[in-house]
Amino acid sequence: MFEYNFHWRPVLKSLPDLLQAGLLTLEVAVLSMVIGITIGLCLALMRMKLEGPLKWFAVSWIEVARNTPVLFQLFFFGFGLGAAGVNLPPYVIIVAGLSFNCAGYLAENFRGGFQAVPDTQINAARCLGMNGWQTYTRIIIPQVFRIVYHPITNQMVWAVLMSSLGMMIGFRELSGETQFFASRTFRIFEYFAVTAVVYYVIVKLILGSSRLLSARLFRY
Amino acid sequence: MIEIRDLHKHFGDLHVLKGIDLDVKKGEVLSVIGSSGSGKSTLLYCINSLEKIQQGSVKIDGIDVHAKNTDVNKLRQKLGMVFQQWNSFPHLTAMENVALAPRIVKGKSKEEALYIAETQLKHVGLGDKLKNYPSALSGGQQQRLAIARALAMEPEYMLFDEATSALDPEKVGEVLDTMRLLAEEGMTMICVTHEMGFARDVSDRVAYFHQGVMEEIGPPEQIFYSPISEHTKKFLANVR
Ligand SMILES: Nc1ncnc2c1ncn2[C@@H]1O[C@H](COP(=O)(O)OP(=O)(O)OP(=O)(O)O)[C@@H](O)[C@H]1O
Ligand SMILES: [Mg+2]
Repeated sequence: MFEYNFHWRPVLKSLPDLLQAGLLTLEVAVLSMVIGITIGLCLALMRMKLEGPLKWFAVSWIEVARNTPVLFQLFFFGFGLGAAGVNLPPYVIIVAGLSFNCAGYLAENFRGGFQAVPDTQINAARCLGMNGWQTYTRIIIPQVFRIVYHPITNQMVWAVLMSSLGMMIGFRELSGETQFFASRTFRIFEYFAVTAVVYYVIVKLILGSSRLLSARLFRY
Repeated sequence: MIEIRDLHKHFGDLHVLKGIDLDVKKGEVLSVIGSSGSGKSTLLYCINSLEKIQQGSVKIDGIDVHAKNTDVNKLRQKLGMVFQQWNSFPHLTAMENVALAPRIVKGKSKEEALYIAETQLKHVGLGDKLKNYPSALSGGQQQRLAIARALAMEPEYMLFDEATSALDPEKVGEVLDTMRLLAEEGMTMICVTHEMGFARDVSDRVAYFHQGVMEEIGPPEQIFYSPISEHTKKFLANVR
């Protein structure tokens, strides 16, 4: 009978490297979310407020981002652009790919959020003499932000998990690093088991801090 | 003074206001009554430029509301408005709801704005709700909050669009009392209302609207006890 002896020692020895890679994973996810939120907000507004080419640009972005595999989206920024002579470093590829994907999903969340704020809020603000900018920044956006807060948290978790695709394009974030060590030591199961725990802890930290923050932000 | 001349409003093919001529003097309380769809709300929206007009003019203290070069944001500071559906800002406390516009529109300091807010909230009887969020206020309290919020901009005119219609019957009184208080203080008011008692007791004049036309206008005694128009008679017979 086949017998597998667990050897945890090599994994423990490279734990500092894995944790370092975990930080990189977090960095990539946060950066992609910041870009994704900014672009997603723009896409949502373009889709709602504009007509013509810009609207269709936004709609196409959202459709592609939501309805094709993330891996393909990454490959586009990697091999696709590579074939066109634009060679991006893995870090840029993963951030671009994740940002593209997050922007598409978040755009729809934002759109739902804007639609959930009643028009009467706009009238009320305008009647007080607020201009369009003041109405948006002081009245509409804060309410939208509350509505999309939990979807944004979920998307952040997704960004962390999706960043594991980095290993498919040779990027040594948490999964890439794990793959690197695992293939050198052949302790594949041990490495990925430990890495799974690291992912789990990262996700739990995100969810926990999100909950703390929401209790402070939303008192109504 | 509000001067409305030959005001026409269309929504597509729908001719909603068909040539309204109306003056409202400083200090006057005008109630506007009429059946649903007669254009009462639209009239208020045309006065503060929430709706554009197709013909005629609206002037506030001599300034043409719908002229291209009119700064409507500035003009609206003269015109407080309270809607049927209460629309407090849910993410702000009562105090913040009232203080926001004085601060960002009028450029008051934070302390000054909060002082104004507290004063106005006490004015409408919400002195004990300063720190409450709207979700913790009843409909009647939210309407009084909306009134305080409008008053904080020190408007010269107040427009009320059925401010009590969406309230539970037992909350109507507190809002009407607040409106009465304003009238006694000399505020110029146009009140679209279904509260005939209020229209009769508080207004200087009552206007009856019928299918986009101002059928009849006059002191409450005339409108309620000796109306001239057949339409007015019919309407009043129905609401009594
Ligand atoms: N934004 C709009 N687009 C199209 N039609 C509208 C719009 N607003 C109002 N109308 C129409 O204009 C007419 C007058 O509406 P308005 O709201 O002024 O009536 P009202 O007298 O205030 O009625 P109510 O007592 O029901 O509030 C109605 O037939 C209404 O359907
Ligand atoms: Mg109405």
